[in-house]
This record gives sequence, C-alpha cells and structure tokens, in this order.
Amino acid sequence: MSIAWLQLSREKSRLLVALAGIAFADILIFMQMGFQDALYDSSVLIHERLDGDIFLISPQSTAMFAMKSFPRRRLYQTIAVAGVKSGSPLYLDLGLWKNPVDRSSRSIFAIAFNPKEAVLNLPAVESSLDKIKLTDTILFDEASQEKFGPIGKLFKEGETVETEVRNKRIKVGGLFAIGPSFGADGNIVMSDITFKDIFERDLGLIDIGVVKVKPGLDSASVASNIKERLPKDVVVLTRQEFIDWEKNYWKTGTSIGFIFSLGIGMGFIVGIVIVYQILSTEVADHLPEYATLKAMGYKQIFLLGVVFQEAIILSVLGFIPGTGISFFLYNLTRNATQLPMLMTVSKAAGVLMLTILMCLISGAIAVRKLGRADPADIF
Amino acid sequence: MLEEPVVDLKNLNHYFGKGELKKQVLFDIDLELQRGEIVLMTGPSGSGKTTLLTLIGSLRSPQEGSLKIFGEELNGASKTMQVEVRRHIGYIFQAHNLLKFLTARQNVEMSLRLHKDIPGKEVTKKAVAMLEAVGLGTHINYYPDNLSGGQKQRVAIARALASHPKLVLADEPTAALDSKSGRDVVEIMQQLAQEQGCTILLVTHDNRILDIADRLIHMEDGRLVTNDTLVDTAPVMSTSNR
Repeated sequence: MSIAWLQLSREKSRLLVALAGIAFADILIFMQMGFQDALYDSSVLIHERLDGDIFLISPQSTAMFAMKSFPRRRLYQTIAVAGVKSGSPLYLDLGLWKNPVDRSSRSIFAIAFNPKEAVLNLPAVESSLDKIKLTDTILFDEASQEKFGPIGKLFKEGETVETEVRNKRIKVGGLFAIGPSFGADGNIVMSDITFKDIFERDLGLIDIGVVKVKPGLDSASVASNIKERLPKDVVVLTRQEFIDWEKNYWKTGTSIGFIFSLGIGMGFIVGIVIVYQILSTEVADHLPEYATLKAMGYKQIFLLGVVFQEAIILSVLGFIPGTGISFFLYNLTRNATQLPMLMTVSKAAGVLMLTILMCLISGAIAVRKLGRADPADIF
Repeated sequence: MLEEPVVDLKNLNHYFGKGELKKQVLFDIDLELQRGEIVLMTGPSGSGKTTLLTLIGSLRSPQEGSLKIFGEELNGASKTMQVEVRRHIGYIFQAHNLLKFLTARQNVEMSLRLHKDIPGKEVTKKAVAMLEAVGLGTHINYYPDNLSGGQKQRVAIARALASHPKLVLADEPTAALDSKSGRDVVEIMQQLAQEQGCTILLVTHDNRILDIADRLIHMEDGRLVTNDTLVDTAPVMSTSNR
C-alpha cells in the first residue's frame, strides 16, 4: 500500500475537491482541443469527399471558401500530361440562401461540376446526378445548420422544396450529408450550368481542377510532371498537400489556431494552480509527520517520491472523470453545432500526458516546502 | 567497562545563531550511556535537554567536541551516515507524532520497512506482535484519531521499539498522559528495553517515574550538573522543576 495513496485517501473531501479541479482543467483542455480539431477537420470535409489524386488551384487562393479562379485551359493542358487519366473542373462560391420557412437569408456554400464527370465521392450525390442535370435543381446538405430551414425534413416528407439562391429560383432535387465547416454553415451541390445561371460566372474560369491519375501510378511523380508542363499561374497539389494546404490556412492564416492554443494553455495553467494548491496544503499539513519520518531514518528522496506519487495519482484519477464529462460534452456540442467533435484515443492520450505533466510541475513547486521538514524541530 | 558505550560524548559544545547573536546552549558535555542502561534526564525548560537529545539522535549536526553513537563519530559525519544512525534509534516524542493517515499497524510498519533485511511478510507479523506487546492487540487497525492519548503513546513506543533499536530516545513521553497511563507507558518501555537490551535516554519532568531509572542526570543552563548512579531506590528530587 503506497503512503501517497493512504495520505490522499484519508481525507476524502479534499481528494474529491482536488479531483474535481483536475477534471475541470482537463475539460477546459479537451473542449479547446475538440473545437480546434473540429475546425481543422471540418475545414477539409469537402476535400476528403473530392474524387481526385491531384488538385490544381490558383496561387492566389487562400482557402476553400476564398478561392480565386483560374483558366480552364490549364486543366486541359494537364490532361495531355503522361499518367493523367482525367481532369474535371470544380466551381465553388458562396451565395445567399433564403430559408423557405422564415424567409431569412444566409450564406451557403455552392459546389458545382459537370454531372457527367462526378467529382464528389458521396453515394447520395452520385445517385442523384440525373436530378441536377435539370437546370435550377440542386442537392441540399441535410447536415447543414438548422438556420437554412428544415429542408431535409420537408424533402423527406415528399414536399416540393423550392426557394431562392442569390434571388434565383431553385428546387431541391435531393439530399446528401457533408456538414458545416467554420468557413460555411451549409452546402449545396449543383450542375455547372445551374451554377453559371445563379452566380453569373464564366465557366471558362474554374476554382479547382480535380485530376485523376491512371491506376497504379504514383500521384506525386505525376504531379511533378504536371508542374513542369504548366506555367506558374497554377499550383499543383497532391491530395495530402491539398488537405494540408487548407488546414494550414486555418492554423496559421487566421488567429483561430492561436486562440485555441491559448485556450489549451489557460486550461493547463488553471490545472497547475489547482493541483499546486492541493499538494502544497497536503505537504504543509503533513510537515510534522514528514519530519517524523526523517527522524526515523527516511531520506529526503523518499518524501519527494511520496509527493510526486500523489501528483501522479491525482492526475490519473482526475483525468478519468474529466474525460468522461468531456465525452458527454463532445456529444452535446456535436448535436448542437454539427461540428465533428470526436474523442479520439490520441486526443485522450495527449490530454493524459498534459495532465501528468501539469501535476508533476505542481508537485515540483510543492516539494520546495519539504525542506522545512526538519527532524530536529519535532522533539 | 569492557563494552564500548552506546553513546559517548566528550567536551560537546553547541551554539545557536551566528555572529553577534551566537549563543552557547551546551557547555562541555561529557556523557556515556552503556548498553541496557535506562537514564533519566531532568532539568528546567530551556536548559538544553532537547538540544542534547536531538544531537544524540543524529537529528542535528554536532559543532564542537566528540559525539560517538554506536562507536561512530558523528562530528563531521556525512548526511548519509547521519540518516543511517537514525535507523538504529527509536524515538518517542512528547506529542506521539504518529502519522495520522496510517493505522496503528501501518505506523509501526513504517519503522520496520526501513530495515531491508526484514522480509515483507515479516513486517506485518512483527508490527502486530509489537502492538500486542504494548497491549493494543485489539486496536491494530485503528487510526490515531480514534485512540486515547495513552494508546497513541503506546503505538509510538511500539513503533520506536519494533525494529529492535540499540538506543531509544524519549522526550517527556508521559507529559500529555494521566498518571495511570503515564506509569503504564514507562513500564512497557522499561520491560521491552530490558528484553531487547537497549539503552534508553528519557527526558522528563515527571517525578512519578524516576524510580525506573538506573541513573539520573540533571541539566542546568547547558551543563550536566548531576551524575548520580542510583542503587535500586528512587531519591526524592529537590531540584527545580519549573
């Protein structure tokens, strides 16, 4: 039986307060990490659905919701490169969607392509390609935020859902599910022809070129072939580079990454302060007892061991309820915001490491008081 | 005197403070304690008894003179040596100084665990036996908070004597006890010490227990002034007992 555990468990109420404090710090950290990862993950929800190996974008594009278009000609040049199987244009834009129920207008993200060259790897979209061949018919992302109206529910009830995008009349022809990102609260899919009508865009200028390589070929080497053939007014990215490019925008191009890192740091410091308070009170209260142990012939290192064991016991025990409550809060947030808040093993392991580190730092500050345990004082 | 004394002090001086404020608290102490001897030390408060006890107990570093415990010179000894010596000394404090978060048995085990030669299984067995020896066989799983003053002091004695120390240092072990419990406590100490052949140095103000001593020493203003060897009967102490 370890002295550290006996000492901690003797005072049940103090132990509970300590565990609540650590759990609280862990929840703070978990929520910040959850939002941060949800942001990064949600920002590439569409990227991950794109059916391509190599992506062409304009060097002036910064993120998927802020694309600068480039000539479709570049895509046709790419198709001529050895190893390229096909290349399809993708058109993206934000437009105001009118909620058919309360008539309010909200910005929604439009994804458009030629229905003959489907580039979205979503069964629901693939099965509805015929529908969007009709002009002014779109597919609606039923995982979008609720403010766009109960489109999914109405459509499933068999009602004809008609509304306006950019003041142009459209009809919902089907549903799919991607979910909102921090850049866009909802998504719609349409054909390039419909897109041209609604957004009044020249189809000769595209936002993303989705390129597939021939089976069995390495997309990185094909990508470098393409780079050689194309002028510098187009950026050629492999699938992973494309995903990283988007995430990198959110991490470095905005203050969001900094804000979440700061939030995690705050949770960490709150944790250190709480654990330090508990441990230093523990040490101060037991100083005469520690001095007695020293008088009996225990070395300083034994007492250091006791305090650090207490720190580790506290961190592990506090982590358990902290993770449990965070798991619950993740579900709550996911249901409220549709953001992909996921409790992963790596995230939990990361927070456990942080918690242990947090408690060890507090322990290291608290043990300075141990020096005051002077065995000569106890007689 | 064929055997080496357990405690051997020669010309021991000790000071508190530094520079201008330096004050001598022990003057020229010479003292030998033999194996199995029970020595009681009396003296008014502030006379330096506790300082002397902490020096002998290796809880304080000696400054001047010779301080040999179990034949080891402690003046100038390393920290490791000091700690090693402590493991062969049993301490009984005025306040029992038990670890509040441990039961009586666990408290006694703490002192046994310091001795690596005692196997883990033996530790509990010895602790229980020791508590039975001090008459607490029915209270081994009690926490100190649930024991009376006399019971706590008996646990402290069990803890001090469990690992068969060669020397027991006790500082007013009966001060917080009523006369009956105080008497019981010193008698247990005396009996166990005799069985184990250990030396006891006991600081006390308590006249009622002087008769257990083989020898009485008296301390006054940092000097040992009396060094009587008793012959069976307890003398009436007339020295100040402020």
